[in-house]
This record gives sequence, structure tokens and C-alpha cells, in this order.
Amino acid sequence: MAETKPRTLFDKVWDAHVVEQLPDGTCVLYIDRHLVHEVTSPQAFEGLRMAGRKVRRPDATIAVADHNIPTMGRANGIQEEDSRIQVETLERNVAEFGVPYFPILSPEQGIVHIIGPEQGISLPGMTIVCGDSHTSTHGAMGSLAFGIGTSEVEHVLATQTLLQKPAKNMLVRVEGTLGAGCTAKDIVLAIIGKIGTAGGTGHVIEFAGSAIRALDMAGRMTVCNMSIEAGARAGMIAPDETTFEYVRGKPFAPKGEALDRAIAWWRTLPADPGAHYDTVVELDAAAIAPMVTWGTNPEAVVPVTGTVPNPADVADEAKRAQLARMVEYMGLTPGQKMTDLKIDVVFIGSCTNGRIEDIRAAAAVAKGRRVAPGVRAMIVPGSGIVKQLAEAEGIDRILIDAGFEWREPGCSMCLGMNPDKLTPGQRCASTSNRNFEGRQGPGGRTHLVSPAMAAAAAVTGRLADVRELA
Amino acid sequence: MDAFTKLTGVAAPLPMANVDTDKIIPARFLKTIKRTGLGVHLFDTLRYDADGKERPEFVLNQGPYRKAEILIAHENFGCGSSREHAPWALLDFGIRCVIAPDFADIFHNNTFKNGILPIRLPREICDQLMEDAKQGDNARLTVDLAEQVVVRPNGEKIRFEIDSFRKHLLLNGLDDIGQTLQHAPSIDSYESKQKAEKSWMPGISV
Repeated sequence: MAETKPRTLFDKVWDAHVVEQLPDGTCVLYIDRHLVHEVTSPQAFEGLRMAGRKVRRPDATIAVADHNIPTMGRANGIQEEDSRIQVETLERNVAEFGVPYFPILSPEQGIVHIIGPEQGISLPGMTIVCGDSHTSTHGAMGSLAFGIGTSEVEHVLATQTLLQKPAKNMLVRVEGTLGAGCTAKDIVLAIIGKIGTAGGTGHVIEFAGSAIRALDMAGRMTVCNMSIEAGARAGMIAPDETTFEYVRGKPFAPKGEALDRAIAWWRTLPADPGAHYDTVVELDAAAIAPMVTWGTNPEAVVPVTGTVPNPADVADEAKRAQLARMVEYMGLTPGQKMTDLKIDVVFIGSCTNGRIEDIRAAAAVAKGRRVAPGVRAMIVPGSGIVKQLAEAEGIDRILIDAGFEWREPGCSMCLGMNPDKLTPGQRCASTSNRNFEGRQGPGGRTHLVSPAMAAAAAVTGRLADVRELA
Repeated sequence: MDAFTKLTGVAAPLPMANVDTDKIIPARFLKTIKRTGLGVHLFDTLRYDADGKERPEFVLNQGPYRKAEILIAHENFGCGSSREHAPWALLDFGIRCVIAPDFADIFHNNTFKNGILPIRLPREICDQLMEDAKQGDNARLTVDLAEQVVVRPNGEKIRFEIDSFRKHLLLNGLDDIGQTLQHAPSIDSYESKQKAEKSWMPGISV
């Protein structure tokens, strides 16, 4: 029966991983890859230890420290005691349970969602989980990838499965060609602006359409990365030649004849004609401008040519109060032009925009220019491999000469768990994924933008329309 | 995990939408290797000023709500990160039940694993319960999981829906892993089948 009904990409990957369906519809879902980091795993390993359980599939698991490690002077050890204890705990746990681990001084170390695809650990058609909501990034490979809590981390370590019910299917189709200066980040911010931070709740979003097909893998990862900011369980993009080309030659990817067999299966994964989606959303790529968030959730977003909304224009009382709180927290005035906002800090990095393509985009804007006086601009490559590649291409020099800080890989100021934090009242143009109150440091004010827009902010000292810098 | 059967207690009104996990427990408090002790930092920035002094206007700093066991909020509660520190902080404070029009998926999952019951009720009913909750100590709510009802102080019973499997686990305080391991033979045979059919899939070793 299931064979004849047209299925979506999500349906196919889901069906391929159902170990057993329980009477109430809950499924025991097999997990192909489990990515583990230092912040959400200590209590899970402790749980295993207390129950006398082992890690069922160390060969399907990879661990790395990324969230709270310093991005400078790492060779001298971690100065913050609580961060050091977390990383040391991870190192003890991976040794005790035999889990593969990229040490913090190895070039393979990096943000867990950067290194999965980069190492060929995340592949099309897989189920991939991690104790981190931005696991949705890996869906760009055509895999089903989603974030889980620590209890579920323990569950996967012990059983290599999760108890789950299938999600609903949502199709977000973006047709047409992006305008100059517009990127994958602008696409996903425009999508979230349209459907809202809870628009995807209960759904897995499949991103499709000519504008998505035209993106490189880095861009596709940026889009899927922020699915969770629309509330979706996961984001996915059907694997195609761009995907297969990306996978080829990655360290842990299949090679030769094995790769051919894998690709033959991956080609069967795109949705069947007539497959049913519970919700369909359409966007015109040509209508998307460089986007910038003004408020404290990613749905509070406007084109860079726009202005700060006026809460008084909103009819619903609770919504009006929420908007007023955002305006106040962000230190804004209704009607203010976004491009009039002065910037104190620029952060380029994170699992959203810490790939080599992102750093190249920033360098293209920074080349021959200088970071504006009074602005602190940081580049944090997403992995040691990204950093090495940038240095081999010489783009680190362009950025350093322009006045940017060139740092070591990690999550850094995306969430301010390490020393990279905003101070109260500081305004930051950031390529990360969340602009929640205090996310980048208590009292910090975050404006989410693309890497090119962040570099434009750095060199002008204010939120700027990158199209005017061309 | 403690079972959840029936709870009668003070409910704290938190009339906010999109309460994100950074609000529930900011990232700087995630540097712990334990599950306990996070209650003191629950809603840290809403609860304390920059000097660490309590903000008297925040609900959990007020009289009876210091002992609240139920929290009532608006849409999209728990959005943002996957941090289980959010339900750990709620539990450590003493909250065993959150009532809201809807929840973010990962947070919703995480509550069940910690013996916290998340209840979805329409916005207008949440607002009625919010009015009840404003009466503090004089207006305890009862949450009866077996019967699937919230009982208002005036005796009115409000029915809620819950996934039957999760209800069973919660009522009996059952650990998910123990449940899944009952299916170990199925997992074994899935793995053998996968090894044969997806032999291209490499293992990871470093």
C-alpha cells in the first residue's frame, strides 16, 4: 500500500528508517548518524553509566567540542573553569565509551553542523540527530536531521533509535532568480518573515523551486539551518547532482563503486509526482531584498531598505505589547530607517554562515576597505578545515588587513557561552541564527544578516545595503 | 523519572508568547554536567536585574507564585534551542505542568522525558486559567492526567488531549529507553538488513 501512494522526500527517508511501528502510531526510528558535543551530552553519558549501558553504535557516532571553547589562544588550554570541565568531561566520556572524537587542536575540529557535511559523515537519505536544534542544517544533504534533548541523546547512544511520530509535510517553493547582493540567508529570513516563528511547528519543511536548486551546498545548509527558527522539526532539500558532486571525495563518504550504489539509491529519494504536502508556501526569489532582523525573534525581519515597525499599528493587544517590548529592548524608535542604525560589533561565523563560501562573501565586500572606527569585527571560521582553506586562498589576509579579527573555530558569539559576548546595549550585525534577548550576551542587541551584509555593516559602521557597496 | 498522576497547586500566569529557551535558561548557565540545581536561574533575566537582585514585578518573585507548580503561558512556548536544561530548570524550581496554546516541538518532547506535563489548550481557555491563576493561593488548579482534565477553582472541568503512549509513560513514570529495549530484536534485524542493503554506508573511526 505504502509503495503505491506517491511519497514526499521526508516520507521516503522516514519509511526507510522505521524499525517497528507501535499500535498507537509511534515508531521506533533508526538513527544513522549521531553527532555529540560537550554541552548537551554529559548528563546522557552519566545516565548510561548509571544504568550500566554501552554505546550501541560508536561507529555511527562522532563527538566534538564546539559550543564553549575559546576562539583565541586555545593551545594554552581553556581558562574558564566550567567550560574546561565540560570539555574534559566529554573527552573522558568518549574515551570510556569508545566514541570517535575530533580533539580541539585538530584541524577536523569545528562546529558540529559544519563538520558533519564537510567530513562526509552526513550523507543523503540518512537520519541524523544531535543534541542541538540546528541539526536541521544537515537536511541540505537530503537527509532527515533534527535536534533532540539530552534524554534523547542518551536514548540514541543506548539504542541507536528514537521513539517518534511522523511529522506533517510542508513544501516551501522558491521560484525565480535572486537579485544582486541577495543570498540563501535572505531567502530563509524572508521565509521566516512570511510564515512566522511557529509557522513550521509539527512539520518537516522541504525547500524546493528553482531558486533553491540554484544554491550551492553551503547556501542550502544556511536555508535548512534556520528551519528550526520557523518552528519546523527539520528542513530538507532533495539530493541532486550538486549534492552528489559535493559528497564526492569527502573523507568519510563512500568511494568508487560503493558511491555509485549510494547515488543510485539517493536518486530515488526526491518526491514522487503528486506527493501530498499538508501545507504549501510559495515565494518569488526576485522579490527578496537583503534582509535584516529588527526585533528579538527571527520573524521580526524587514528588507534593509525598510524601517522599524510601529507597535501602535498592531490591533492585537498581546502582539502590540510584544512588539513594544522588542522596540524598547533593541533601543529603537518606530519609523527609524534600518540603515540609520550604528553598529558596535560584527560577528561572521556560526553553523548558519561559517563555511568557506560565507567567508569568501565577506572578504569580497571587505577587500580594499577598512572596518569603520569604533567597530569590532570578528570572523570565526566554522571549522579548522574552513580556516585552513581560507588561509590557503589568502582571504584571511584580506580580512585581517581590513581590520577584522581572524579567530579559531567554534560556536563563539552565536550564543556567547565562551568569552565572545556582547556587553549590555551593544548592537551587533551577526550572521548567526537567533536574535533572542540576551542570546549573544546579556543586554546585547542582535541584527541577523547575511555574511555580505555583515561585512557591509563592518566597513560602514552601520546597517548598510550591500548593493550600494558594489 | 517521577510519575505524573494528579497535581493540585498554585499556577503562575506568564502572559507572554514565544517564550524561548534562552529566556527560560540563558546559555551561560548550560555549563553544567548535572541535571539539578538550575531552578535558581529559571527565567534568569526576567527574574533578576543586572545586580542579581529580584525584580519584584516578575511573577515568580511574588508571594504564592514562589511555590508555583503549574505555569500558564501564551503561544509557542519553549521555542529555540534543544537544551533540556529548560525543562530541568522548570522542574528544579518545582514546575510539573505547563499550560499553553501550543509548544515548540523539541521542548514539548523534552518535558515528557522529565515528568513534566505540557497541556495544549485553546488561547481563550488559557486566558481564563490565567485569570484564575491571578488569584494566587486562593485559586489552586488541579491537573488530573488519568482523567485528562484541568479542574478550575470553581469546579469546572476542562478536558485536554494527550498522546496515549506518552500518557502511559508519564502515568507510570516509565523510562523511554527501557521501553525501546523491549524492541531490541527488531533493532537487531533492522541493522542486519541495513548492513546488507546499504553496504555503501561507511562506519566512522578516527
